[in-house]
Amino acid sequence: MPQPDGTKRRRARHGRGGESPPAEHGATGHGVWSGSITFGLVTIPVELYSARRGGGVPLRMLSPDGVPLARQYVCSEEGVPLEDDEIVRGYEVAPGEFVLVDDEELEALAPRRSRDIELERFVDRDAVAPGYLERAYFLVPGSGQTKAYRLLADTMERTRRAAIASFVMRDKAYALAIFADRGVLRAGVLRFGDELRSPETLGLPGAVRPDAARVKRMQKAIESLARDEVDERELRDDADERLLALAREKRERGEDVVEAPAAPAEPAEGDGGAEVVDLTALLKQRLRGSAAGGGAGGTKRRAKRSATARGESRRPARRPTQGSPAARR
Amino acid sequence: MARAMWKASLEIGELRVPVKLYAGVEERSVHFRLLHEKDRAPVRQRMVDPKDESEVPSDEVRRGVEVDEGVFVVLQPGELASLEPKPSRAIEVTRFVAPGAIDLSWYSRPYFLGPDASDADYFALAAALRKSQRLGIARWVMRGERYAGVLAPHGDHLALVALHDADEVVGVEGIAPPGGPALSAGERKLAKQLVEALDAPFDGAALRDEYRERVEKLIDAKRRGQTYAVKEAPPPRTRGNLGEVLKRSLQAAKERRRAAA
Repeated sequence: MPQPDGTKRRRARHGRGGESPPAEHGATGHGVWSGSITFGLVTIPVELYSARRGGGVPLRMLSPDGVPLARQYVCSEEGVPLEDDEIVRGYEVAPGEFVLVDDEELEALAPRRSRDIELERFVDRDAVAPGYLERAYFLVPGSGQTKAYRLLADTMERTRRAAIASFVMRDKAYALAIFADRGVLRAGVLRFGDELRSPETLGLPGAVRPDAARVKRMQKAIESLARDEVDERELRDDADERLLALAREKRERGEDVVEAPAAPAEPAEGDGGAEVVDLTALLKQRLRGSAAGGGAGGTKRRAKRSATARGESRRPARRPTQGSPAARR
Repeated sequence: MARAMWKASLEIGELRVPVKLYAGVEERSVHFRLLHEKDRAPVRQRMVDPKDESEVPSDEVRRGVEVDEGVFVVLQPGELASLEPKPSRAIEVTRFVAPGAIDLSWYSRPYFLGPDASDADYFALAAALRKSQRLGIARWVMRGERYAGVLAPHGDHLALVALHDADEVVGVEGIAPPGGPALSAGERKLAKQLVEALDAPFDGAALRDEYRERVEKLIDAKRRGQTYAVKEAPPPRTRGNLGEVLKRSLQAAKERRRAAA
């Protein structure tokens, strides 16, 4: 989901709760969604796995002397704590004037539940500007039959096409681009057209005709840094490691160490979510068509809890989740 | 003209190109407020000590890092600040790679770069990058965060697309595709024809958030004391063996195309 501009999703640092899209339970060993790709009249059963690993540094909000804090909702007029069933959702149409909208009304607007990812059209895969890609999923064959899956991947790679599709997950419709790479199908959730700016809408100055000598000089600079591969170390941010290193160092010194109930684990799709599996190993296994059920695959690691510390920010049940038009202010 | 978020200097080897950075994404979600049902006053969130429900003001709330099951280390504000990377105006481009070297799982969030001071260098760089058919890998520090991203031409301009932390996402490398018996030439041919029959240009502007539009319509209707409802029809479904279904699909796609022409 769009975050305020300039704010990188850094769960560890800010520990904001409740802003992650449903996609992020992917590393629990279960697909986040299962259904079928429909390609003309062909249906290909698939499961979706988020390409994001779980993780982040477990954080929780404490008082200065280490008491774990709870989030409370209070009426701004009366100053009294409110129960979930005393809270409603309003859209401010004029200062101080709200239109109330309840859950039933929003549910009635939800897209028709569907188990299909319908490939509507095929486009030049290079024409999908990377700015559209919000997050990625792996598509894994959902049954023993892999032929139609392999045929689609093979064809899309040969023709260098991406498929544009829409699908519904948890009452929300998403636009997708499906890509085939090395025989594997992946889906990128696309931002909607009006969410993306352009040099034109930003009002950037129009191109001036660059002079040839200047362009040459730039080309030389580019060529001198041309490489075959990306060095993934350059894509790494060590902020979490430094945060943990500092915390461990303070623990050694016995400084600011407090005991508190463990940060509550993120509720995961369909299970307790305590175990996190090695997503790469899991995907390898699922793509091989192993009969082993979800969750059994992969190397188990200690559950890394999301730093969103969701337990502290438990929201009233009636508050819409992020992904639907959410209350966030 | 939109306001720039940040002023920076693109550094490519010895080259320095001053740029302004603009957000590429516009927040469009419908934002609701939480209200107290009784008096319709906005709801305020606060952090309290669960024992006596006394409020802890936000500037006194500390982050605790869980270093072991149930063991937390409290970090003081000064310590968190000390972990922040050193501020810098540099967007350092470390290398240029072929587009295929970038895994689509990595992409996170787009920004645009506009010229600052000199138009000539900026547009010369955009033109040179377009001609090179390569993308730059860049690193920078903005608002206390370290970023990695891809420097790409966007028409005559430059875009900078932030990437996820490489440790946070799984790319396609090292993941083996499903195996099985060889695909027949006939099926491959039919599938290719079907893909071609559904060929279209990519039109990002046509991607609409229909749910959001419905919510906006609902609010608008309610504001005027009216109601709003949506109706939808169920989709068709077909079964059969792969070759036959491909043929029928192709036939249907051709007919649709003819009807549209």
